[in-house]
Amino acid sequence: MKLTNLKSLQLMANQVRQDIIGMLYHAGSGHPAGSLGMADIFTALYFNVLKHHPKKPLMKNRDRLILSNGHICPARYAAMSRAGYFPYKELKSLRKINSRLQGHPSRVDLPALELSTASLGQGLGVAVGMALAARLNKQHHTIYCVSSDGEHDEGSTWEAVNAANKYKLNNIINIIDRNNIQISGYTHKVWPLKSLKEKYQAFNWKVFEINGHNFRQIITTIKKAKTLNQPVCIIAYNTPGKGVSFMENRFEWHGKAPDKEKSVLALIELQRARKKLLKKK
Amino acid sequence: MVKKTKPLIIKEPRSTRDGYGQALLELGRNKNIVALSADLTESTRAHHFEKKYPSRFFQCGVAEQNMITMATGLALEGKVPFASSFGVFLPMRCLDQIRISVCYNQANVKLVATHCGLATGPDGATHQALEDVAALRAIPNLTIIEPCDYHQAIRATKAAAKLRGPVYLRLHRAKLPSLTTSQTKFQINKAQVLQKGTKLTIIGSGPILNEVSKAVEHLNFKPEIINCHTIKPLDKKTILKSVKKTKKALIIQDHQISGGLGSAVAELLSQTIPTKIKIIGVKDKFAESGSPEELLYKYKLDSHAILAGIRNLLK
Repeated sequence: MKLTNLKSLQLMANQVRQDIIGMLYHAGSGHPAGSLGMADIFTALYFNVLKHHPKKPLMKNRDRLILSNGHICPARYAAMSRAGYFPYKELKSLRKINSRLQGHPSRVDLPALELSTASLGQGLGVAVGMALAARLNKQHHTIYCVSSDGEHDEGSTWEAVNAANKYKLNNIINIIDRNNIQISGYTHKVWPLKSLKEKYQAFNWKVFEINGHNFRQIITTIKKAKTLNQPVCIIAYNTPGKGVSFMENRFEWHGKAPDKEKSVLALIELQRARKKLLKKK
Repeated sequence: MVKKTKPLIIKEPRSTRDGYGQALLELGRNKNIVALSADLTESTRAHHFEKKYPSRFFQCGVAEQNMITMATGLALEGKVPFASSFGVFLPMRCLDQIRISVCYNQANVKLVATHCGLATGPDGATHQALEDVAALRAIPNLTIIEPCDYHQAIRATKAAAKLRGPVYLRLHRAKLPSLTTSQTKFQINKAQVLQKGTKLTIIGSGPILNEVSKAVEHLNFKPEIINCHTIKPLDKKTILKSVKKTKKALIIQDHQISGGLGSAVAELLSQTIPTKIKIIGVKDKFAESGSPEELLYKYKLDSHAILAGIRNLLK
């Protein structure tokens, strides 16, 4: 299902956010802030950008999507479910015994995830390997990596950034969730990242900076990125906890699930936003 | 007919890393085989492959962690990557990448470590991988193989390419006489009985088995000698069959005593047929520079130490 108009994309992202709150409430643990913050980008990917087929998840010419900061997988699971990969009711099995929806992504349990991740700083290197394989195989799909600002503390992330430069890859797009928080505080206080843009540029990447909640920017930037003959980094300035006011921009919600009361509050707010959207022309 | 690859010009004796280089070159006829190196291309003998198949060779620089994740990406797209470095860097520098990216994903990556063991010699303690098997043995989905000589390294490399799943090849720098021939059969997970015998089972892996050969010449009986080239999964059947007969076991490894082949065998025997055993290996120490012979003597892994161990066990 491809969504092209703004309102339908916003409604879908709202649904994904409601799913995230429900999943985390049932799980009793997990990472709400980053998941809510990336709901728009995952919606844009699964409902507009990606070449994919939910019923043939491993079709050869699909675009590859790696979620390197695996802890925000609830956003991906919700978007995948809404896109038709598996029934919505399975979302409640997140983090439960015998579930395919592991607390952090498990490719062996759910192959459409492409890669088991969540030890930070590994996804981009695997994306580089997949991009090299695509070149050897003369395939033309795009390899997308979603990574976090926090995992740019890891030296291995920068090894991978330079590898894409060395091999002059033109089929890889790294989308950075630049939400300025990580588990123990604001990113600039935990570890100085300074300008990610200048760093990526120094490694010969093309860098775009976007508002990660603006669908038009997300979609047009990716479209442009695919035409370029170099690796592309899209720094998405995101609001962690987006859509749930008491979670927004608070690092305390990086890795804590809402209890019943907070979940109800969050859902009421999201449903109000939905009604408002429906009234819009 | 497949065109035969010219043999390399390396005269006997040859090392296990030479065997790997030769096998990788031959395997290169298959277009899905790719190789990665973290700068140490010639030292790991991947340079023959690099020269012949440059488009399928990936130089990764001194960045082992990224080499392993890149190999994972290649493997998940159907390639069979051989990633090589020294044992002290691979697995040590990139253990997390091996655990999550390679093993948890069941990615078909072949991890190749050369310069393992004390016999690495004059480079000293920083370059003698003595803890690699201990670090890897507990990780699920991984097969660990340590061939004993050049010929077996060729066979092991080819068998690793055929096996679908992560494999760690433990290789060496030292050039030592061959214990097997190019005709000797090799099967992963099937230990090779080098010598049938009585009274005692000697179990070992890698070129250190040469010291066993030297030691047993001084005995007035023939002990059973098992080349346990596959450290994980362990060939329980062959080991139990032998130890049930001999009632005693000596395990030798060019590795720390903790967590190596000796530990694997002890875990097996203590839970099935508790047996008097002796494990010979490095005793919780960093070693030093020296020739392989000097090091094996000083750290008590050579034929003299093995002989003393045997006499002690049979007392």
